[in-house]
Order: sequence, then structure tokens, then C-alpha cells
Amino acid sequence: MVFLDFEQPLEKLYEQLNKIQQVGQEGELDVEPMIKELETKIKNKRKEIYGNLSGWQKVQLSRHPERPYTLYYIEQMCRKFVELHGDRYYKDDKAIVGGLGSLDGQSVMIIGHQKGVNTKMRQYRNFGMANPEGYRKALRLMKMAERFSIPVVCLIDTPGAYPGLEAEERGQAEAIARNLFEMAQLKVPIVCVVIGEGASGGAIGIGLGDRVYMMENTWYSVISPESCSSILWRSWDYKEQAAEALKLTADHMHSFGIIDGIIKEPLGGAHSAPEDMAKILKRHIKKAIAELQEMSTDELLEARIQKYSSIGVYDEVAPTEEGQ
Amino acid sequence: MGWFKRLKDGIQTATRNKKDTPEGLWYQCKSCKQTSTMKELKENHFKCPFCNYHVRIGSYDYFDLIYDGNYKILFDEYQSKDFLEFKDLKPYTERLASARKKNDVTDAITVATGKVNRKPLTIAAMDFKFIGGSMGSVVGERIARAIDYAIENRTPFMIISKSGGARMMESAFSLMQMAKTSAKLTQLAKAKLPYFSFLTDPTTGGVTASFAMLGDVNFAEPKALIGFAGPRVIKETIKRDLPEGFQTSEFLLDHGFLDFIVDRSEMKERIADLLYFFDTKD
Ligand SMILES: [Zn+2]
Repeated sequence: MVFLDFEQPLEKLYEQLNKIQQVGQEGELDVEPMIKELETKIKNKRKEIYGNLSGWQKVQLSRHPERPYTLYYIEQMCRKFVELHGDRYYKDDKAIVGGLGSLDGQSVMIIGHQKGVNTKMRQYRNFGMANPEGYRKALRLMKMAERFSIPVVCLIDTPGAYPGLEAEERGQAEAIARNLFEMAQLKVPIVCVVIGEGASGGAIGIGLGDRVYMMENTWYSVISPESCSSILWRSWDYKEQAAEALKLTADHMHSFGIIDGIIKEPLGGAHSAPEDMAKILKRHIKKAIAELQEMSTDELLEARIQKYSSIGVYDEVAPTEEGQ
Repeated sequence: MGWFKRLKDGIQTATRNKKDTPEGLWYQCKSCKQTSTMKELKENHFKCPFCNYHVRIGSYDYFDLIYDGNYKILFDEYQSKDFLEFKDLKPYTERLASARKKNDVTDAITVATGKVNRKPLTIAAMDFKFIGGSMGSVVGERIARAIDYAIENRTPFMIISKSGGARMMESAFSLMQMAKTSAKLTQLAKAKLPYFSFLTDPTTGGVTASFAMLGDVNFAEPKALIGFAGPRVIKETIKRDLPEGFQTSEFLLDHGFLDFIVDRSEMKERIADLLYFFDTKD
């Protein structure tokens, strides 16, 4: 188990639990009551910690090394899945995966950022930071889904689109912009879920949809708290303040009306009970797709444009008379 | 909404926008360091008479340079507000107040409609001096309304981009303007009205990754910085120096993301040519 800094009280309790269990195995001492007591303590401590997480702590949880990623959810949710590779222009990006899957008989095109599960795989997946070919692969799969009336599911989990030299040469900005333009008018339902990190253009590049959800311990923002700290505070040391100021948690995003709902995580976060998490996720996706399939294509597209057109807060002041 | 008139002798900026253009009698070029008079600079379309460096100018300067004469300012009444109560070293409200005081434009984009060689065109032009030309809710809303206006009045549409990217102080609202503006552009496309994206120095971040890259025709001023990630971030990521000319207009043209580069002195004629070709009524 990997414990985050704010989980240290839990770590201590787990250490005690381990010791007692060892003692129990070695001798004839009845440790059962002590174990019971510790388990209750752990449960309560966990409730206490998780009942009151700060923005930054949720950012930490969203990056937890044991947190499930896209391919895990696909494996858990879909009895059948065929991964589809490549953008047909340049390459197969490893930081965005996609393919056809079946959610209890409903075909879906599932696309998502993919992070690596160990050091070697993290490199291979480029830490979930896609290049233009990743966004273009995603678009190719979406257009295919559109032709065959298959709903699209996008799972978002990225620290950002890759800021590399070749990414610029191949048009990172164009790739993201094109996806936004095409997703805004794709003639099939699109359901998006932030399952980890939702950083900026790299996230929204596969994040425009009819329903957008965030898991409870995730974040969605125009910039990571670290980069925000370095630009606005001119130091890397204000990431906690930046995380609060950006109001990047699912609660905030839901209260702003930017997302359509929050998907509850098991106590202790998605990684503490990944199978349960996958079941909850699947239930939400299936429900959203079923609702969206009730709408005609025209209604769907009209509602989607309307939804995005109405995002924004501003004042309306009286126009002033000026000029000649 | 106000009407502005371009004076006949040379190029005269509207009085309210004085602060967005270089001030004083003399101008020292940022590129070649030579000094010219402000009059010479203005007569040369705000380009250095010695090295042709395109000086950063404001939205009203572009309107004056592009429109035939009168133009009408639209949607100035939509103004930024500090919905998130954002505070870093300074509260956002203070940043907004000082930007308004310094600039005379009311946000990082201004919308106008008028005629170019007698053909109608609606333009949304960005101002870098207003919080780095950053995109917040108001930039998105003014673009959205400009698109509605273009559709209702059957005018082509152009955005002149000049932006450091997102307005961080509006967090996710800022991010969502990428989706909003792109979604609105699909309506313009469905109405079969052309959209020209004119990129000027600098155009980066979320602005590039949304409306700036979505023109039916994309074009830029010479030697403008255009990119998704900023050069400093890329350098830190790849841990080596960036090649000469990386992320310039010329680089983007070479890599296939621009249709052409236009000198500011030929800008109006080129836009008029496009309007001529796309005008199917003739
Ligand atoms: Zn010069």
C-alpha cells in the first residue's frame, strides 16, 4: 500500500495492525479483539480524513500511483473489447487508447488517456501526455463511431497535452481545436468522465460531451496547481493555495454547472476498491447513454451546443454612448 | 455601441484606444533598435520603417486599418467579473480594475462590424495589453455573440488572435471557452459563412488550441510567435535549446498550419480578396 502524506495516521494504524497479526500468528495469544478494535479505528480514521479533503489532497489522490486507469476500467466494464490503434497519418500514440467495447450488450467507442502502471510503462505511456496523433486517433475513432451510430465514452486522465518540440511541429493546437470542433457536432451521444487528472487543453481535447462527470477525487482546471503557482505566485511553493484558488474539485465544478454530476468513489478513493469503482462507473455511463439515446440527433446536437454556449459568467453593464 | 471614424489623412486611431498603441513622438524598434518618428511608424502601418518589424497594436488599430471607414462596436456591455473570488499575489478584481484603467478597451477582445472594400465583415480582435490577451468568459461570450451577429446579418467573420492563452483567474470557466467558441464556430460553418483566423504576435495556449486554428483560412503576420505550449515550457520539458525560428509564423506555414503570411501593409487588400472570393451573391 502507498500512503499519501495526509494518510500518515492511517499508515501508523496499519503498521500496528500488521504487528498484532504477526503476534497472533506466532503465539497462542488471542489477538482477535485487538484486531477488531484496530480495524474500527482504521475505518473511523479513514472516514475522518476522507470526509474533509482539501483541493490539493484531491489532486494528490487523483495522481495516486495505485489509482486505476482507462484500460483497467475497460477490462472491468466490458466483456468484449477490441483496441484500435493509430491515427492513420503518423503514428499510434500510447498516451491515448481507444477501441470498441460492449457494456452489457451496448456497443460503445471508449477512448481515454492511459498512464503507465510502473516506471517502464509510465515512460511508454508518456505519463498520459498525448501528442497530436493521440487526439487525431481519438477523432478517427469518434468519426467511425458516428458512422455506425455507436455512442462515444471518453475517460479523461492527463497532466496535460505533451509540450514537446515535435508536438508543436505536428500541430498540437490544431489537433485539440479540431477535436473540439468535431465533437461539438458529432451525431452520437458523447459521455465524458474525468477519472483522474483533468488538466487543461489536453483534457478537454477529448472532453466535450453531452454529459460530463467527474469522479469524486479528481480535478479539472485550465492549469495544474503547480504551474499556476509558478506563474501567478512566481514560485513553485504555492501549489496548495493555487489548488484552492482554482476551485478545481468535482464539488466546485458541479456547483458552477460546468459538469453534470459527481461519481462517488469508495471510501479511501478509487484505488482502495477498484472493482467497486469500475462497477459504479459502468452504472453511470450506461444510465447516461440510455438517457441520451432517448433524444433525436437534432435534439442532442441542439442541447450540446446550448450547453456549451451557456458556460461563462460575466456582468452586463449598460452600453455607453461614445465616439463620433 | 459607438461609431468610430477613420480620419482621411493617414491612419488615426480612435481616441479611446490611445493607450494600446505606442505613445509619444518617437518609437525605438524592439527588433533593430533604430528610432523612427511615431508619424512615420503610423504611416507605415505600425511597422518599423527600417526592418519591417510588426509592432504590437490593439484591436482599434486593426479596425482602423481594415475597415473602409465607419465601423460599429458590438457587445462591449459584457464585462468580466470575479466569480471565483480568485486571489493570488493580487486579487483578480484588482487586476481587472487596473487593466481597464490602463487600456480603455473593456476586455481582451473587442467586436466590430463594418465594411472592407464595400463588403461586410464582422471582426473580433484581441488586445494583448488586457491581462495578456487572456481568454476568460467575456472573450468567449463576445465571440459567441459576434458569431450570432454574423449569422443573423449574413456577414463573414474574422478573429484577430493575440493572446497568452487562458485567463487562469477564471479557472475552468476559462478552459470551457475553448469548447464554447469551437461549438459556436460549427454554427457559422453550418450557415455557410466563411471564418478567417488571423494570428498575430503572440498567439499561444488555449486560444491557439481552439478558434485560432479553426479558420477556413488561417493566416498570420510575419514572425509572430504561434504555438500551443510556450517556448520556455517546451525548453524545460525537452531539456535542450529550441531551433532558430521555432514557433514563428514562418515555421507554422512550413509545417502546414497556415495558408499564408501577410505583411500588414497588404493585410486589407488580402482580406478584401478573400471576401471577394467567398462572396457567392455576386
Ligand atoms: Zn526595426
